Amino acid sequence: MSSSAVRTRGRAPLGLTLPAATALAFLVIPVAAVLIRAPWGTLVDDLSAPEARDALRLSLVTTVTSTVVCVAFGIPLAWLLARTSFRGRSLVRAMVTLPLVLPPVVGGVALLLAFGRNGILGKPLDDAFGISLPFTTAAVVMAQVFVALPFLVISVEGAFRASGERYDEAAATLGASRWSTFRRVTLPLAFPGVVAGAVLCWARALGEFGATITFAGNFPGTTRTMPTQVYLALQDDPDSAIALSLVLIVVSVVVLALLRERWLSGLST
Amino acid sequence: MVNPTHRRLAAAVAVPFLLAPTLSGCASDSHGRTKLTVLAAASLTETFGQLEQSFEKDHPAVDVVVSFGSSSALAEQVNQGSPADVIATADDKSIGLVADDGNLSGDPTGFAANTLVVVTPPDNPADISSLDDLAAADFVVCDPSVPCGSAAQTILDNAGTAATPKSLEADVKAVLTKVSLGEADAGIVYVTDAEAAGDEVMTVDIPADVNAVNAYFIAVVKDSGHADLSDEWVSLVMSPAGQGVLAEAGFGAP
Repeated sequence: MSSSAVRTRGRAPLGLTLPAATALAFLVIPVAAVLIRAPWGTLVDDLSAPEARDALRLSLVTTVTSTVVCVAFGIPLAWLLARTSFRGRSLVRAMVTLPLVLPPVVGGVALLLAFGRNGILGKPLDDAFGISLPFTTAAVVMAQVFVALPFLVISVEGAFRASGERYDEAAATLGASRWSTFRRVTLPLAFPGVVAGAVLCWARALGEFGATITFAGNFPGTTRTMPTQVYLALQDDPDSAIALSLVLIVVSVVVLALLRERWLSGLST
Repeated sequence: MVNPTHRRLAAAVAVPFLLAPTLSGCASDSHGRTKLTVLAAASLTETFGQLEQSFEKDHPAVDVVVSFGSSSALAEQVNQGSPADVIATADDKSIGLVADDGNLSGDPTGFAANTLVVVTPPDNPADISSLDDLAAADFVVCDPSVPCGSAAQTILDNAGTAATPKSLEADVKAVLTKVSLGEADAGIVYVTDAEAAGDEVMTVDIPADVNAVNAYFIAVVKDSGHADLSDEWVSLVMSPAGQGVLAEAGFGAP
């Protein structure tokens, strides 16, 4: 049956279109409001102000770093979840998913209690090496990794599962070790999914605010990322806040467009 | 053929906007009590909380909702049209922004003053005994975009110290948290916040000649639907009882 035949079977009921349109309007209107209220005339000035430039630069550096960290550690974790079976695997997956649903501020508090100067790992670290993480750029990266890693692990695990184990098995019968199977079969097959996961992970890191300001604090050039800059600028320079919000919105839209065009289809098949 | 869904969609998009006024227009809660919305600076959390209870005791038909935030954020909320009846800020600049936009029904009244102190974790790990010791310590202050931050900046300037904070926190409570958790060696907060934190922090006084004084202002919002009740709230804050609550928390007279 063709899809048009299905459609003519009846009009979409108002009971569905009404809430659907409300939902759509609710999501679109705030974003549209930013576009409408954006200080187009002073946009370039707003974005090239030293504080905005510092925040942009810091956000770029930290999010790229945290994405690299997520890829390096997240892919093996995703592989473990997709290709091995061990007791407590569902528990491990639940723990990986936890930061997805945890309020970021709570994540920030948790990071402080773990890696802060008086944290359960932070204190020994400080005592032994004099390394104190809060208020450093490293802490910004850690906060971003904490909230973004689940995105990568979940999407890459999905990609590993979607590409199936048959090729892995074929490689194994031909005498390939598990390591070389992973490197030469599993990973290349799942590559589109890995890229999609990395982009999602990067976008989440870029938007990270609550855990960052709680764990890393806020200082221009060291720990003040774009979202923090937006939040603070809103207090005394709303135009600058709107201009920076605009940048984040544009970036998000571009990311979504790229994912849809190139990789999201690869992820779902 | 034109898909009828399109026309329906257009009608459906219009409906939420027709509904919106009835949704935002409610001024009473489910028990039929009148809702009085008070926006107050974060440093007023404890005192206005107490005043809320005594106001509701005297006005059983009124539900006072106090929303706390940084003064500049509250001013922005009023100017953006958030429903509010009274606004109380920790400086004159923020409430001045609301007055400038014509969103107050009268001139702001000064109702309290607050000075600042240095706080350290209870064990004072960096041995802070004066402002000069901050230079060698990891300390945090509020961001200059909020009143406690501009006050802290004034103090550091007055003291002529080269000390640079490790972090500029979003509000005074965040400064206090970083210090009480021991993540920072010191912070600069309002006297009242240090008072409220009790044993969680140790305080080091800042000499009066370098200290900054933040004056607190209160005013009724022009679009308040409850002008009389709003005036009564302001009267309560200015009354001997209200001033007593503020003084007990460490606030100075206006």
